[in-house]
Amino acid sequence: MKRISRWFIALLVGCAVAGPACAQDTLKKIRDTGTITLGHRDSSIPFSYYDDKQQVVGYAMDICYKVVDAIKANLKLAKLDVKLNPVTSATRIPLMANGTIDLECGSTTNNLERQKQVWFATTHFVTANRFVSKKDANLKTVDDLKGKTVVSTSGTTNIKQANEINVEKKLGMNIIAAKDHAESFLTVETGRAVAFFMDDILLYSLVANSRNPSEWVISSDALSVEPYGIMMRKDDAAFKKVVNGAINNLYKSGEINKIYSKWFLAPVPPKGVNLNVPMGASFKKVVANPTDSGDPKDYQ
Amino acid sequence: MNYNWNWNIFWAPAPDGTGVYFWWLITGLGWTLSTALLAWAIALTLGAAIGTLRTTPMKWAVRLGNAYVELFRNIPLLVQMFLWYFVLPELLPKALGDTMKQMTPPWASFWPAVLCLGFYTSARVAEQVRAGIQSLPRGQGMAATALGLTLPRTYRYVLLPQSFRIILPPLTSEFMNIIKNSSVALTIGLVELTARARAMQEFTFQVFEAFTAATVIYILVTLVVVIGMRWVEKKVAVPGLISASAPPLAGH
Repeated sequence: MKRISRWFIALLVGCAVAGPACAQDTLKKIRDTGTITLGHRDSSIPFSYYDDKQQVVGYAMDICYKVVDAIKANLKLAKLDVKLNPVTSATRIPLMANGTIDLECGSTTNNLERQKQVWFATTHFVTANRFVSKKDANLKTVDDLKGKTVVSTSGTTNIKQANEINVEKKLGMNIIAAKDHAESFLTVETGRAVAFFMDDILLYSLVANSRNPSEWVISSDALSVEPYGIMMRKDDAAFKKVVNGAINNLYKSGEINKIYSKWFLAPVPPKGVNLNVPMGASFKKVVANPTDSGDPKDYQ
Repeated sequence: MNYNWNWNIFWAPAPDGTGVYFWWLITGLGWTLSTALLAWAIALTLGAAIGTLRTTPMKWAVRLGNAYVELFRNIPLLVQMFLWYFVLPELLPKALGDTMKQMTPPWASFWPAVLCLGFYTSARVAEQVRAGIQSLPRGQGMAATALGLTLPRTYRYVLLPQSFRIILPPLTSEFMNIIKNSSVALTIGLVELTARARAMQEFTFQVFEAFTAATVIYILVTLVVVIGMRWVEKKVAVPGLISASAPPLAGH
């Protein structure tokens, strides 16, 4: 017992100190165990979630399964078991670090700060901070919001960016903070604010689920962009090469368009709502020139 | 473990521009303590009153006290949190309910959290006060009556001073519990210590550092409570009366 705990401590301390030297060889692990474990979210629609039959589905899942096929081919395995493991925003890092999950398939933002902890595969979606407003208000750009009351959800980076541009462009917007996205949306719906700043993918989903989707419009003006990526362990270059290769192939072959349309331009389970999110210019650029950069500048 | 430790992360600037991450945790601690202390004031006052009622000879008061305790003790804290936050404003008159919902953050989640924790813990305190009073020998109350003391005076001068000394150790636990339970308030949007640690790991991905810091802060705070309550126990101890500060018996 004593010896085991001493080994365990040595291993822990060793990894903590050695860092990169302790990096796992994920491909070897997959070959040895014949299994790969995908981390997934439970309600990140349409990226990764449980549908009405309690199956894990979504845009990121479809991409991940393609990656799994590529890994299987790369390792020349006759059979590769796929295990699914639900993760939350609080558990994804520990589960990735301790080797429970090999890939995290969801809607995780890829940024430079997070890259100190994990690596991200080729960007599979680009979201942007835009605003939603009523069509008849005729608000196209941020400048149209001069002197108006706008809303965003408290504690988000979106409200922070709205504040920044307000100061920078001297717009004199009155920015109010609502406690959640539904309340922010309601604030615009009831006319207490004219526009709501948020990640566009969330805005599309709010609009799609609203009483009258056709009365809303989402701005083409964006305050910032955020790439989403599939997460994997850091310093495992061989594994990343296979993963990125698989995703880049999807982009090159145009297969991504089919997967994209399936989840963003057609009704999706569980409620059969069509989010109707056309592929944005930033993501089209990624498809043409695949990148896994975590710097928003590379997407503008 | 493939993990990139970075203990300097606490001194990195937080994205909302209000300071470094360490300051985030400290402001979180501020909310944790204000929620817990206010709730503790409610819990002690109500708990003492209800617990006392449950030992009186008045049947209706006993039943009322029992119903109160069972109501607040039998519903999970998390569910109670949601009831106070989401359901109560709908049951109140519309104007009052709207005022509750439109309070600016963080007050809209702070007050329901204080009330929820206060009432939940008061049921537990009431149970301990009752047990404390009932643990006294029956002769104490009888002797007080024989001396001509009225019922309120019997409680005030004879029963409560003794029973409160007896239940100080379990009350210490309740005080620590209320501090730790205040973390449940993050589910209704109160950005207290645990919520801050979670937000910090969202932004930095340094999950172990964030939660280690939160753990250490909770331990330090509860240690202060333990030491403080020990001091109170010593201060109010009556020689000869059972108390935690009495020296242990030889051979025990």
